[in-house]
Amino acid sequence: MSWLRLTQEGLTEWLRKFGKTHRLYGPVWTGSYHEFKLLQDPGEIDWNYRNTRLSPKSLFLPPAEKMFVYSLDPNDPERAILKEAPKDFTPRIIVGIRPCDAYALQLVDRNFITSQYQDPWWVNRRENTILVGYGCTDPCSTCFCSSVGSGPFDTRGLDVLVVNVDGGFAISFVSERGKELLRREPLGARALSESEERALQDKMAQAKAAMPKLWDEKAVASRPLLDIFNAPFWEEVQFSCINCGTCTFLCPTCWCFDIQDEVWKERGCRVRLWDSCMFPLFTLHASGHNPRSQKLQRVRQRFMHKLKYYVDKYGDGVACVGCGRCVQFCPVNIDIREVMRLMVSHCQCAL
Amino acid sequence: MVKNPYKPYPVKIDEIIVETDDRNIRTFHLKFLNPEDEAAFRYFPGQFAEISVPGQGEIPIGIASSPTEKGYLKFTVNKAGKVTTYLHNMKPGDIIGVRGPLGNWYPWDKLEGSNVVIIGGGFAFTTLRSSIVYMLDPENRHKFGNITVVYGARNPGLLLYKEELFAWERRDDIVMHITVDATNDPNWKYNVGFVPAITKEKAPSSENAYAIVCGPPIMIKFTLPVLRELGFAPDRIITSLEMRMKCGIGMCGRCNIGTEYVCKDGPVFTFEQLSRLPNEY
Repeated sequence: MSWLRLTQEGLTEWLRKFGKTHRLYGPVWTGSYHEFKLLQDPGEIDWNYRNTRLSPKSLFLPPAEKMFVYSLDPNDPERAILKEAPKDFTPRIIVGIRPCDAYALQLVDRNFITSQYQDPWWVNRRENTILVGYGCTDPCSTCFCSSVGSGPFDTRGLDVLVVNVDGGFAISFVSERGKELLRREPLGARALSESEERALQDKMAQAKAAMPKLWDEKAVASRPLLDIFNAPFWEEVQFSCINCGTCTFLCPTCWCFDIQDEVWKERGCRVRLWDSCMFPLFTLHASGHNPRSQKLQRVRQRFMHKLKYYVDKYGDGVACVGCGRCVQFCPVNIDIREVMRLMVSHCQCAL
Repeated sequence: MVKNPYKPYPVKIDEIIVETDDRNIRTFHLKFLNPEDEAAFRYFPGQFAEISVPGQGEIPIGIASSPTEKGYLKFTVNKAGKVTTYLHNMKPGDIIGVRGPLGNWYPWDKLEGSNVVIIGGGFAFTTLRSSIVYMLDPENRHKFGNITVVYGARNPGLLLYKEELFAWERRDDIVMHITVDATNDPNWKYNVGFVPAITKEKAPSSENAYAIVCGPPIMIKFTLPVLRELGFAPDRIITSLEMRMKCGIGMCGRCNIGTEYVCKDGPVFTFEQLSRLPNEY
């Protein structure tokens, strides 16, 4: 990777040049937490932020989104015919996204983009958004990205990577789309000196090593699914859960949604809304039968889906990026790292 | 913009038939408004579609018509909740929508050249009807061996497709065992007994045969041991699962069991496949 060096003012000035052609999003302090907001000016970005409370998935999969609109007027010749709701898919740049959140988008891509079906709203937003990532030189105590196959400087999901260095930033243009930005608006920045590059590599290695190694990919992947499903430790894990759904709303790799029709007089729309496997209604049949009527079944489903079913289905690591949001905000302190330890220990004991 | 898999094809309700005495099950014949939509909707028996009722929602319903029946789609819908109740009160001429065909289908490539045993109970018989009509079609009949059907309901008034059932019973290229749990109709000339019991009594051969079993969980629970005793291996017993669904295309997450999405990797599964999945269905 080749790095260029610039000051914060220099980076802000450069981002400003894209303001006419792209909508810019960045982390902004709301008064109680950080959130990705549409920026009037890139100067609004708080480069001292740790991470946003809600993951940036809401920029691709909004909590509520109109899919279709239709008329229910009996005199309308087009009544009951669904029409796609108009959307704004003009280009965007998201600045300051953490590598874990950016990689999470790639994990979610596997759900929405398949050979048979593609979700048009997800696809359009992904194609029209450039991700300028912000490496983590000082991971939080709740972070564990390097345990689950990602890392504080993971470039897999990113077009550009920015890292804090003394007196400013080091910036690297990772993907073709990132390089295209540089071609369009040259930075006028110098490359890092050898000593600066070494210092950067040291810093990055330190940040990575600071996180615990708590996942044994092989041990869990090689156990049959039903073996872990029937393990006795789920009883302990689910005990304090209150099925509030906080984990699913904050999580960058949770994608479950509901579809509802809403009607006002003779106009209706079909909306997509975030949903959560934590709620009993999620799997309730009209007959009254509920395959996951018990809390244990629901809690187990969430962890099994992220840490085992996704692994078995795609053969490429877990659907968790170690962002630590659920660890920070679960009201009863259920810690996914502890669940992972229990799973690994169960699988290793069985070997 | 990529093709939108959430957008239904507009259809018109052509005919509504009340199937059962308790009036809780109605069959709908739907006709496409646009001929190109009809041409695009190519399906196999076993698949389902999301019936979209604008203003109410969508419901996943097995396709009861066979692809050999042209010009319309047949769906048999049980009145169970909000959308189905609204649908039951609609009239011929009303416009709704259909999204599909969705899901996988009965393994027709394996069923060809085999004997087929069909066991159904209650209103789970819809995709089984599609399968029977498909196999009996003159173009297809020779591809299959013996066809044996055991179908039962709680009483004669709750049987679906009664006229068709009795017509099939009179044919010599299909063996029909129609049964009811109980009846006080003195003119009832078919079997009386639970589906698992009748299956055991009639003992269809498992030689070069597949069994397709659809019905309420209690029926399946007692039919499986009978089939195993007759010599059917778990990978030769096929069923179709029901789940709460919304998107129907394997994205919203709700019908997920283990690594599978019932709406996309199913709803048709063999019992061998189900034995490797958590029993959350």
